[in-house]
Amino acid sequence: MKSVFRKAALAGVLVLAVALCLPGLSRAKDIELTMYYPVSVGGPITGIIDGMIGQFQAENPGIKVKAVYAGNYDDTRVKALAALKAGEPVQLSVLFSIDVFDLMDEDVVVPFDELVASDADRQWMQSFYPALMQNGMVDGKTYGIPFQRSTIVMYYNKDAFREVGLDPETPPATWDEMVEMGKKLTKRDASGKVERWGVSIPSTGYPYWMFGALAMQNGQELMNDKGDATMFDAPACVEALQFWRDLGAKHQVMAEGTIDWGTLRQKFLEGATAMMWHTTGNLTPVRNGASFEFGVAMLPAAKRRGSPTGGGNFYVFKQATPEERQAALTFIKWMTAPERTAAWSMQTGYVATRPDAYETQTLRQYVQEFPPAAVARDQFQFATAEFSTHETARVKKFLDDALQAVLTGQKEPAQALAEAQKGAERVLKAYR
Amino acid sequence: MNDRITRILETLACWTLALLWAGPLLFALWAAFHGQEYLTRLDPTAPLTLDNFAQAWATAPFARYYLNTLAYTLCTLAGQFVLCTLAAYAFARFRFPGRDVAFMLVLVQLMIMPDQLIVENYQIMSALGLVDTIAGISLPYVASAFGIFLLRQTFKQVPVELEEAALVEGASRLQVLTKVYIPLGRPTYLAYGLVSVSYHWNNFLWPIVITNSVTTRPLTVGLAIFGAPESGVHFPIISAGTLIAVAPLLLAFLLFQRQFVQSFMRAGIK
Amino acid sequence: MTRISRTPQWLYGWLLLLPSAVLLIAFTHYPIVRTLYNSFFTTPRGRIPARFIGLENYQALLHDEIFLRVLVNNFLFALGTIPASVGLALLMAVWVNGTLPGRALARTSFFTPTVLPMVAVANIWLFFYTPQVGILEKMLAPFGIHGVNWLGDPSTVLWCLAVMAVWKEAGFFMIFYLAALQGVPPDLTEAARIEGAGRWYCFRRITWPLLMPTTIFVLLNATINCFKLVDHLFIMTKGGPDNASSLLLYYIYETAFAYWDTAYASTLTVVLLGLLALTALVQFLYLERRAHYR
Repeated sequence: MKSVFRKAALAGVLVLAVALCLPGLSRAKDIELTMYYPVSVGGPITGIIDGMIGQFQAENPGIKVKAVYAGNYDDTRVKALAALKAGEPVQLSVLFSIDVFDLMDEDVVVPFDELVASDADRQWMQSFYPALMQNGMVDGKTYGIPFQRSTIVMYYNKDAFREVGLDPETPPATWDEMVEMGKKLTKRDASGKVERWGVSIPSTGYPYWMFGALAMQNGQELMNDKGDATMFDAPACVEALQFWRDLGAKHQVMAEGTIDWGTLRQKFLEGATAMMWHTTGNLTPVRNGASFEFGVAMLPAAKRRGSPTGGGNFYVFKQATPEERQAALTFIKWMTAPERTAAWSMQTGYVATRPDAYETQTLRQYVQEFPPAAVARDQFQFATAEFSTHETARVKKFLDDALQAVLTGQKEPAQALAEAQKGAERVLKAYR
Repeated sequence: MNDRITRILETLACWTLALLWAGPLLFALWAAFHGQEYLTRLDPTAPLTLDNFAQAWATAPFARYYLNTLAYTLCTLAGQFVLCTLAAYAFARFRFPGRDVAFMLVLVQLMIMPDQLIVENYQIMSALGLVDTIAGISLPYVASAFGIFLLRQTFKQVPVELEEAALVEGASRLQVLTKVYIPLGRPTYLAYGLVSVSYHWNNFLWPIVITNSVTTRPLTVGLAIFGAPESGVHFPIISAGTLIAVAPLLLAFLLFQRQFVQSFMRAGIK
Repeated sequence: MTRISRTPQWLYGWLLLLPSAVLLIAFTHYPIVRTLYNSFFTTPRGRIPARFIGLENYQALLHDEIFLRVLVNNFLFALGTIPASVGLALLMAVWVNGTLPGRALARTSFFTPTVLPMVAVANIWLFFYTPQVGILEKMLAPFGIHGVNWLGDPSTVLWCLAVMAVWKEAGFFMIFYLAALQGVPPDLTEAARIEGAGRWYCFRRITWPLLMPTTIFVLLNATINCFKLVDHLFIMTKGGPDNASSLLLYYIYETAFAYWDTAYASTLTVVLLGLLALTALVQFLYLERRAHYR
């Protein structure tokens, strides 16, 4: 027994020692960059990123990049901030585009304007879609360079459209059309059980994002550019939320209660909803999983079209040394070059972040073969910034709670949004 | 007659309940070994496939997660065995001022576990530079009130005469501990070990707080991240990933069921 | 006894205890004290240091609707899980301890959920509750129940999670009852049976009182577990919709690690610790007064 114990203890100590040493093995003269990167699922995207990094390192000897995959956007922000606060060497990261104010409040990011020196670099900063730059710019300075970016589009089941006599090439362009078509597409069996809903807008995970689209379509933004005031209780917002609620409660073309973000794709693929609003990031999985013909459309309009952008930007951190900052800039420029952006977009389904990427041979051909890939691009002209303020996580929680309370029939839109506005005011007034 | 009917009804009820309890896991097995199209169509002739496992395995670094979980679980266990043995010995066989107060203070941890102190413990780990290390996950659990309590009870039942005899023969206190107490406490160590391993293999909240990267993340945290991708879930693959994560402990349990059940019993009866 | 005389017993005792004491103090006692201390300050942000504000955080609690909500939820969750899981555990134990055919298999089935991590359980159960395409929907369809948005409706979500928790925990508690039942002398019940007492009567008058200490132990465990069990929320609902399924510990996690409001999270932790201490106290006093406990 004794020797067993000794061995067990020894083994434990050894395993511990090995585990402790593992992260710190590589030490060399090269400039080493550590980058936090938000991916929930390891596989495809980590593989692609690691591949890109490998190629970059081959082309740029002297710079080593290590990517730390830390989970979804929220997890990654938490983890990156924790690492920065603990003084660990992190020089750049891809983080949620809406984290910009929080990163500024924590005093950890450098604007790209301080990093670029040449005119070519300044031109590079101008080469992205303006809609994608909105979340990264504060007070005229650019803190975030778009990379893993998405937007909301509408996926629809063409077979279902045909089945009820709708033209599969004409998806709804307005809210009213969406309701009308939704009514036709909603299918009930003899007992009244719904076999297929007309439309589904997810309301867990990122309800504020979906609501950003609805509000914009109704002509209202949710916050100001400085990120220190919200407009939750504006009449157009109340109207937009009323419409969202009515889809289930009044028109009965959508399930009542909240609709789960994560399982919605499954429902769409099983034909349980004829239309769904979801991220462009879903394009490839839907394409791989659909046993029917599907289409992708821009979101419909009320007063105008509109969809917030979303996803992750590159940030460079203050604690990086001047050499590291330049190395980081080199890396980011390399990663966002047109041909790589094009390849990235085709492999992942994320949007290409700059117009000239769509001009490349490969992406042009891809779009020709698979037109849905261009819908997000075409929607950019109507796109807006994603919801972002100081203490974003907390403020958007007020909004999320209000939205869910209304969708589940607990509160009226005006009351719920007024409360959310009050909560947001309480937090944000400290930043004015 | 009446008795027989009751018995039959009772048997049926018991089986129904057992089936209900086995159901979710059986369903996960079904989902993991079949294609998406058979997810809710329980057709016994449906073709079996290992694709889901292949995809799950390729999607997340499960091998690394296994290694991390093993390191974390075993380090914790080894530390617990050593520290709890020493402390239990002190409480069981030594008289020293403040012993009873110290024991009460130890028992506080039975009620308030590190799992509830995530906020402060995170800051302490951060100050110690142990965030995102295996040691950081392990340390709060190493001094375990439960282990100390259990071993103290066991040691107290060892006849004092045995110890005295050994001491007379010239053995040191530590030798007495390793030659007399630990061998006699074997069943308790087994019981406590199994309970500890099951607990830490399945632990989630503290690991998700304290780990940042693939190099330290245990299976549970990896599974949570794996199970909630941004773009939406794919149930057959999630099921496969879930089974990959639980397989070792589940198999161990099914193989050594008696030991498991008895260990939990032993650990529960104080 | 020569060796011992060199090191005094008290010193030896303390030395043996020292490693455990250091770690216990570092990760249990010191954090408890710090939690309390920090709850009287603001959260330091960026370059702004923490500031003493007395009881302001506690006043904020009273006006924090989410806090009140999670407190009520925790209470309802306890109500939904404790009696059901303890009752089922007893039933399972009686069955498995008896002579029914297939009881070994039943025992395996009952106990298996205990060795699964809650995260894995949540992954599986999430699909049960998915509206329209989920298993529950398909199973209930023949009974005319359909279209229920189990996790998306504030009136059902907490109970759905409670059912899952009961499934996870009952087998664990069964073990304790099983151990206790095996300790009940069989001649006691046999004697009663011979005198013509019914099974139910035997159980109620003989077995149940003997199981009392176990019941109290299990109740204590179940109550503590209610405050600890939050892993599933990360997977299934994130506390939604509109905090309808959120629990105190999850709210603490959110406040500390999503909003970085560590001072307020400490205040919430103080409440949690208070509740745990209260549970302990109630059970302790009850034990002293009532059970024949060693």
